[in-house]
Amino acid sequence: MKRLGKVFESLRTENRKGLIAFIMGGDPDVETSTALLKALPSRGVDVIEIGMPFSDPMADGPVIQMAGQRALEAGCTLRNVLDMVVSFRKDNQDTPLVLMGYANPVYRYGVDKFALDCAEAGVDGVIIVDLPPEEDQAVREALGNQFVDMIRLITPTSDAGRLETILDGATGFLYYVSITGITGAAKAKHDKVAAHIEKIRAKTDLPIAVGFGIKTPNDAQEMSALGDAVVVGSSIVEKIAHLSGKSGKVDQGAPEMTAVLDHIGALSGALKPAA
Amino acid sequence: MQNERKPPNSFRKAPDERGHFGPYGGRFVAETLMPLILEVEKAYLEARDDISFWVEFDKYAKHYIGRPSPLYHAEKASKHFGGAQIYFKRDELNHTGAHKINHCIGQILLATRMGKTRIIAETGAGQHGVATATVCALFDIPCTIFMGETDVKRQAPNVFRMKLLGAEVRSVSSGTGTLKDAMNEALRDWVTHVEDTYYLIGTVAGPHPFPMMVRDFQSIIGKELREQFQDRYGGLPDTLVACIGGGSNAMGLFYPFLDEREVKLIGVEAGGHGVESGEHAASLTGGLPGILHGMSSYFLQDENGQIKDAHSISAGLDYPGIGPEHAWLFDHKRVEYVSVPDQEALEAFQLCAKLEGIIPALEPAHAFAHVAKIAPSLPEDHHLVMNLCGRGDKDIFTVADMLGVKL
Repeated sequence: MKRLGKVFESLRTENRKGLIAFIMGGDPDVETSTALLKALPSRGVDVIEIGMPFSDPMADGPVIQMAGQRALEAGCTLRNVLDMVVSFRKDNQDTPLVLMGYANPVYRYGVDKFALDCAEAGVDGVIIVDLPPEEDQAVREALGNQFVDMIRLITPTSDAGRLETILDGATGFLYYVSITGITGAAKAKHDKVAAHIEKIRAKTDLPIAVGFGIKTPNDAQEMSALGDAVVVGSSIVEKIAHLSGKSGKVDQGAPEMTAVLDHIGALSGALKPAA
Repeated sequence: MQNERKPPNSFRKAPDERGHFGPYGGRFVAETLMPLILEVEKAYLEARDDISFWVEFDKYAKHYIGRPSPLYHAEKASKHFGGAQIYFKRDELNHTGAHKINHCIGQILLATRMGKTRIIAETGAGQHGVATATVCALFDIPCTIFMGETDVKRQAPNVFRMKLLGAEVRSVSSGTGTLKDAMNEALRDWVTHVEDTYYLIGTVAGPHPFPMMVRDFQSIIGKELREQFQDRYGGLPDTLVACIGGGSNAMGLFYPFLDEREVKLIGVEAGGHGVESGEHAASLTGGLPGILHGMSSYFLQDENGQIKDAHSISAGLDYPGIGPEHAWLFDHKRVEYVSVPDQEALEAFQLCAKLEGIIPALEPAHAFAHVAKIAPSLPEDHHLVMNLCGRGDKDIFTVADMLGVKL
């Protein structure tokens, strides 16, 4: 069974909600980012999303935009992000890794080569923000041939007709973007999301991860009731920003690193079922 | 994105129902925007088949914009170069001084038809921003114009114009603070305000249906030219020349002639400091296929697919991409694309003023520079039409600065 399937299955049997943590690949530099990536599972992260930096991230708010810029300024390429995955997989065969980014760097890298290299590195899923179902065929099929999941997004604007289009061909899990807006914006209204997710549940058995606007352990706990997992990005990346400029000196014990990992620990702690 | 090698039977049948021009175009937007993009498409297709929509459009085109724009035989310029007969399609005489107002009228009519109550737009030089602010004032709809921080500084008069017209101008500091970042920020705003907002895109770019729709509105230029030329000289012109940033004025000029293969079409990109210098805005001659701003097309980018900044003396051509229909016409060689560097455009700007008493915008000055190159070797019965798509009042500060003149 694939790693993503296994994780969501055990979440269900343990009656627990998962934490999906987002970090930008290569932020603030590849070395520090790799160290951080490797430390995440020990803090209770169930799935890790790694951003593929892009110069023009049209769906991201300032925090993730800056993270991408830091990574690019430090010279991070898509190949470097894949190498982070290779390095991670040397010690960890269980935690699913999902790459998230935009179409242009993937197309420039070569769609088939990207899919092949994802599979070889140990990537489990890919989210390409600017490839809606109408335009994702090439990437989806290439990834599918390598048994890597193309993760699709559902948003508050996805009506019944749209839902059908999205679910047709969706794999892995569904990423529910809980607000109409960009990453790092205000939190969604709980009730609105709940009603929509209920409609989605009626149409699919795929696990649902809820993301966008979830920043604190409280947010995570509140929103976790709605789906199978919550995605936290901007509030983690905001703390990673403090590691910037410390290249080469950052070890696991550095206070800035501890602050990132403690925040993640608090998030996963908030999702533990009440004793 | 494999290129389709076989040329189509007609160049006027694109895009297909998914908005694709061969491998280009499409709808590469975040899922949040998809329902809205589909709604814009549906509304436009309905409007396109509705005679009353075009009656309204024609009313504003005639009485507000001042169309048809004249077709002017530039006899002095023709004599000066000693070859082809040169004609200007005078879209610089439009209200607001450029062709941008054509698609702004079309889109504001569509936005009101859709019941949208807020308009957003991006602008580089500020021409599209001014045209958008103008129609928003006319139709009494609040609008927000996104403009790169760098452009806000160097285009202060246009920022003031937009504010006079009642627009809110939002300075964009993200990324590199230029036109591409203004477009990113407009898309971010649109994702956040999907319910009430219409994004009035300023060129034949963005997700489908914008490239098709803006082309259709701008085609009034080529349609008028066909009639004017037929009436006065009979037959068709031999060569059409237009400058290209995103490509709206060129697409509008070329489209009605695409299937008349005997008419030679030339698009002039901004060569900046020269295509070989890497500092230019020539997406076709110096870029690669890619995906940005909702479309597949040609973009300036590095080997890792990161978008590069464009450079041009003309802020209106300073965009690292190009409309997808141009990308398709480029691959099929239906249109010839060339580039003209800053320096030549600057010389052409001054030459046009002195020869014809017309101060062109720096954008069509690029087209005029290319006309200057090809006209002398063409026969005297060769009819060459250039789109004079904007007037140069806005550029006098830039030009003065380049010439070392303090105003």
